[in-house]
Amino acid sequence: MNALSIQNLQKTYKNGVNALKGVDLTVKEGDFFALLGPNGAGKSTVIGIIASLINKTSGQVEIFGQDLGANASNVRMHIGLVPQEFNFNIFEPVGEILINQAGYYGIAREEAKKRAEIHLKQLELWDKRFDMAKELSGGMKRRLMIARALMHNPKLLILDEPTAGVDIEIRHSMWEFLQKVNAEGTTIILTTHYLEEAESLCNNIAIINNGITIEQTQMRSLLARLHVETFILYLAGNIDKIPDCGAYSVRMIDNTTLEADIHSDKNSTQNISDLFGILKKCGIEVASMKNKTNRLEQLFISMLNNKNENTDKNITSEVVAP
Amino acid sequence: MNFSQQMIALKAIVIKEYLRFIRIWIQTILPPAISVALYFIIFGELIGSQISDIDGYRYMDYIVPGLILMSVISNAYGNVVSSFFGAKFQHSIEEMLVSPLPNNIILLGFVSGGLARGMIVGLVVTVVAMFFADIHIHSYTITVAVFILTSILFSLAGFINAVYAKTFDDITIIPTFVLTPLTYLGGIFYSIKMLPEIWQNISLVNPILYMVNAFRYGLLGVSDVDLTSSFIIIVAFIVVLYYFSLRLLNNGVGLKP
Repeated sequence: MNALSIQNLQKTYKNGVNALKGVDLTVKEGDFFALLGPNGAGKSTVIGIIASLINKTSGQVEIFGQDLGANASNVRMHIGLVPQEFNFNIFEPVGEILINQAGYYGIAREEAKKRAEIHLKQLELWDKRFDMAKELSGGMKRRLMIARALMHNPKLLILDEPTAGVDIEIRHSMWEFLQKVNAEGTTIILTTHYLEEAESLCNNIAIINNGITIEQTQMRSLLARLHVETFILYLAGNIDKIPDCGAYSVRMIDNTTLEADIHSDKNSTQNISDLFGILKKCGIEVASMKNKTNRLEQLFISMLNNKNENTDKNITSEVVAP
Repeated sequence: MNFSQQMIALKAIVIKEYLRFIRIWIQTILPPAISVALYFIIFGELIGSQISDIDGYRYMDYIVPGLILMSVISNAYGNVVSSFFGAKFQHSIEEMLVSPLPNNIILLGFVSGGLARGMIVGLVVTVVAMFFADIHIHSYTITVAVFILTSILFSLAGFINAVYAKTFDDITIIPTFVLTPLTYLGGIFYSIKMLPEIWQNISLVNPILYMVNAFRYGLLGVSDVDLTSSFIIIVAFIVVLYYFSLRLLNNGVGLKP
């Protein structure tokens, strides 16, 4: 069953801004799904419509087979939302925020207290349960919103940039937590500007630009489209010149650093172990390495550029045409 | 959501609203008690002692019902307008909008918060009044009924104000320029029989006059207007404001772009 199915979703705001021109999306139950796009692409509008915070102009949204318009109350029972902006009362104690939220889903106060304890402990906020929300750090506020969204055990969890402004350590612990939530059966839709986050966590991906879906595919097949991967190699010793690496394109950055391209298209047999072997034969030992840029980031930028170029060409041809 | 879940949800909103104004009792409960004490000292003791009895009551005793109801009106209104607008401003209203809560439960929850504050402030002000005036309740039923209905009515009015408000200024305009003049001209400090006939007739279009007089009847047994008319007007306003508020919520006015 699909957790989410969106067809030709359109939204025009009262000020005339056409935020969504026809978004199509399908998210399978149990998936960890990335919804990407540049600022202003329409991601938050899509999420706002799914979460009943924004009225759609037209199109169809189904959650677990139920139409959002016809069964809004039932549908909302299954959705947990972690929005981009903090949206809790900062003058309320942390524990109360969770207990109240459970109450809005018809969960009795005693049961809500038990669930709040579980989620606050999981997200390392239990010690803060009596503190006013305004006293929390940015990372804690983000975790509070995740805990709040989980209070009614939603089948679909929507995270709109959940790790924005969070330090690396907390981000990684949040990734682990979200992977655990997903492994327990919750479908997760994630929007993020940290593309390594999407690459690490998500199985499937959709890219939205200018209010339309420009791509929806498996993360693996999307990354497979990137035929060249560039690595930075940090060497154990110094070198004076670029070694002869045969078919591999290798450039010298400085005496201890090389940059190498690995082609991964169908006809190529290149791989990083083979390159290491060649370097070793030349007496060069690699101490460590990293990707020059995030692979998904490379693809993302090239896809958006292609899309924009096509749009520009269309506009130009429209203008030039007699 | 089934009925039982809806009642749990309503209870959650009521507890949240109750705790909200209790947490800040210095801003919500104490000021009306101080204000009303000052009214009694200045208008009751100092000026009131120079004024002859009205409808057989000392001036001090005559203004008690109006002053209590004035506190109830401003606090019921103020609670809902500030709470709902605050929730909009901080976006915490989204907690409710994303949930399966029916709109009528959201509305009832906020109105119950206004009712709770109106009643608590009303009781506190009544206790303060007992230090200055001789309070005998003529009809408990009428007193309590007007007390509750007026709180509900002005909670709904506060809710509508909050829905349309875009800035903090917008939540003070109506109380300052509409509610306060209507309250002061609603017969709190005088009987409209003391006014020239034309002003008596003009006063009759002020709905607050009916509430103040119905409450005065409940406490003192005297009123400038017919009691039945007062109850019809109060209930009619509640019904109209309730359905209007619900319509605003259903259409997402001021909430959903």
